[in-house]
Amino acid sequence: MKKEIIVAGFGGQGILSLGKILAHAGLIEGKEVTWMPSYGPEQRGGTANVTVILSDDRISSPVLNTYDVVVILNQPSLERFESQVKPGGIIIYDGYGIHRPPTRKDVSIYRIDAMDVAIESGNSKVFNMMVLGGILKVCPIVKTESIIHSLKESLPERLHKLLPENEKAIHTGMEIIKKEE
Amino acid sequence: MSEEIKLLKGNEAIAHAAVRYGFDGYFGYPITPQSEIMETLMMLKPWETTGMVVLQAESEVAAINMVYGGAGSGKAVMTSSSSPGVSLKQEGISYLAGTELPALIVNVMRGGPGLGTIQPSQADYFQAVKGGGHGDYKLIALAPSSVQEMADFVGLGMDLAFKYRNPAIILADGIIGQMMEKVVLPPYRPRRTEAEIREQCPWALQGKPKGRKPNILTSLELSPAVMEDNNLRFQAKYREIEKNEVRYETVDCEDADYIIVAFGSIARICLKTQEMARAEGIKVGLIRPITLWPFPSQVIADYARKVKGIISVELNAGQMVEDIRLAVNGAIDVKFYGRLGGIVPTPDEVLDVIKKELVK
Amino acid sequence: MNIEDIIKPENIVYSKPRLMNNNPMHYCPGCSHGVVHKLVAELVDEMGLEEKTIGIAPVGCAVFAYNYLDIDWIEAAHGRAPAVATAIKRLNPDKFVFTYQGDGDLAAIGTAETIHACNRGENIVIIFINNAIYGMTGGQMAPTTLLGMKTSTCPYGRTPELNGFPLKISDILAQLDGTRYITRQSVHNAAAIKKTKAALKHAIENAMAKRGTSLVEIVSTCNAGWKMTPDEANKWMVEHMFEKYPLGDIKNE
Repeated sequence: MKKEIIVAGFGGQGILSLGKILAHAGLIEGKEVTWMPSYGPEQRGGTANVTVILSDDRISSPVLNTYDVVVILNQPSLERFESQVKPGGIIIYDGYGIHRPPTRKDVSIYRIDAMDVAIESGNSKVFNMMVLGGILKVCPIVKTESIIHSLKESLPERLHKLLPENEKAIHTGMEIIKKEE
Repeated sequence: MSEEIKLLKGNEAIAHAAVRYGFDGYFGYPITPQSEIMETLMMLKPWETTGMVVLQAESEVAAINMVYGGAGSGKAVMTSSSSPGVSLKQEGISYLAGTELPALIVNVMRGGPGLGTIQPSQADYFQAVKGGGHGDYKLIALAPSSVQEMADFVGLGMDLAFKYRNPAIILADGIIGQMMEKVVLPPYRPRRTEAEIREQCPWALQGKPKGRKPNILTSLELSPAVMEDNNLRFQAKYREIEKNEVRYETVDCEDADYIIVAFGSIARICLKTQEMARAEGIKVGLIRPITLWPFPSQVIADYARKVKGIISVELNAGQMVEDIRLAVNGAIDVKFYGRLGGIVPTPDEVLDVIKKELVK
Repeated sequence: MNIEDIIKPENIVYSKPRLMNNNPMHYCPGCSHGVVHKLVAELVDEMGLEEKTIGIAPVGCAVFAYNYLDIDWIEAAHGRAPAVATAIKRLNPDKFVFTYQGDGDLAAIGTAETIHACNRGENIVIIFINNAIYGMTGGQMAPTTLLGMKTSTCPYGRTPELNGFPLKISDILAQLDGTRYITRQSVHNAAAIKKTKAALKHAIENAMAKRGTSLVEIVSTCNAGWKMTPDEANKWMVEHMFEKYPLGDIKNE
């Protein structure tokens, strides 16, 4: 088993930590994992992306140009990565600010309006956890318990009071993700 | 304390490994993409646990000279930087080599020349393996291609440095530094005591007991005859290292028609290329030099006689390929593919090149 | 009476310090270095620090200091002695670590290392020989060269327009919170030598008690570089150097 995933959007959307929590959950389950960020000034508000590879065997390249799962969180990322989904793969996109939705016919396309829900609930900090919930729903590469465990280990002790709302966001994400026909 | 499994960035793994391998000191100066090394060390506060000293110096120049002083007192010390900073350290590295002091230098390479880019590069290959600073000297150059090797080579680099009284360098790049992987951290190794240093490193500056001759560490020798002897001694040591310490990995080379030679993060990309080629029925193998100096010339020369084509893939304009050509010595035409300025090739990009340049 | 009858311990009126060896010095006759070397050798011995002392030799005339004092030494790259000393002291906190540097080494190429070691309050002693010239390389202008003074790289005399002003580095270092003791001394006569020895002793005590950085500047002559006899050089120093570089404690907390 091997899954090659990229999450792409704006810096500040919590993409790198989303990837880290996913990778760490893989580690907890004894998988080989690689987490490869775009780095540099991109971290501070430009476009950002993170590649996460989970595998039962040794992982070769951390740099890829085709993916099993592509998670798109803004229009520029959609334009860049739509063509890089493997045939039969998955595109997940957040509809917020997307004016030209994905058109590929040979992949499964899911829409998650996590940004809208986050804005409505007034808690945009858990946006990335909603997206992660959506990913897990359509591609259950790791167990939800492992994600919760990972979240606990990733957050410093003083922020553990935030665990319930992050966990809730993961479940919300699982509920709001919809397959597009 | 025992070994531990963690998810870490390559840079973070270096910091954790330094504490666990019993380093006495780290001296550095911030520069992207390796600042997490010092940041992680400062977060770990090893001075409260193992007693390791961590100090942010006023410059890369000061940092390497702190390493020089620490190494002179027999301590296990290191510094880290990225390309422009490593250029600044070259004077101190030459002094370390000329004074035969063990130390570990980490270069998480970025694109140059000049201030260049913060994106990954392997353009400091020549600097690391051909000298870098002034004078005839060699660094033991280790090229990690995983986060695990980032951690492992901290220990290996220091052990080799002490074994040969010679500085060692870990030549990584922005990809290996910034990516996270599972890493098994080693158990804690105690730092050496003063008594152990005095015994194991009789050359070290620890203060002169009555009756012993002063220990004088210097690279200065105004008599050309003595200076030549010093150089001959260095060269003899380098031949010994070449004999004993060559390290490399081969993947599917036995039946290969074509061989890719690549190091560090690019070896990982080429490993995927190699898998893809095999899936298409093209018999490709991979040789990954782990020590860039001493270079695995023999294994490359041996395969050169058996295969139809060899290509070196690098993040530079063609540096390691020169060592491959020297190793092959004209037995086969050695091709080269490189990307510059921080651009990283993808596995299928390399596969296309192999089809075009080698398979035809 | 033959010579063996004279060479007896009870007849000794002066002797070479135990930690100074018999290597012939390369210093010019009349140079201040020999005197300062002797004071360091005496103090290390008298203070019982032989087994704890690590010296850092500079690039400059004192580059071969390690040939004359029988203690552990490391030779630093030009200007980097304070960085080298920083690590040695931090990694070996109970040792006595000192640098021995000239004006070019300390106040030109090594200014950053000097200022930052002092600013961190490293528990080291910096011995600073200020003779206003580059002696080793043949008499070029130093950062401390006086205005009007002729050297091989300001053959018509130092001018502020071309070369800026003499740098009073010790006064700058005294401003830093990390420094504990900054003093300016000389070794041109017996009284001055005595004062310098006391200053060095105080500096060493500070370092061993981890009270911060101490620096002893020794205004010195370079009769060869200045193109004078040793006696003329001493007089010239008193008349000209002391005006710009007055003797005494600049900071003693």
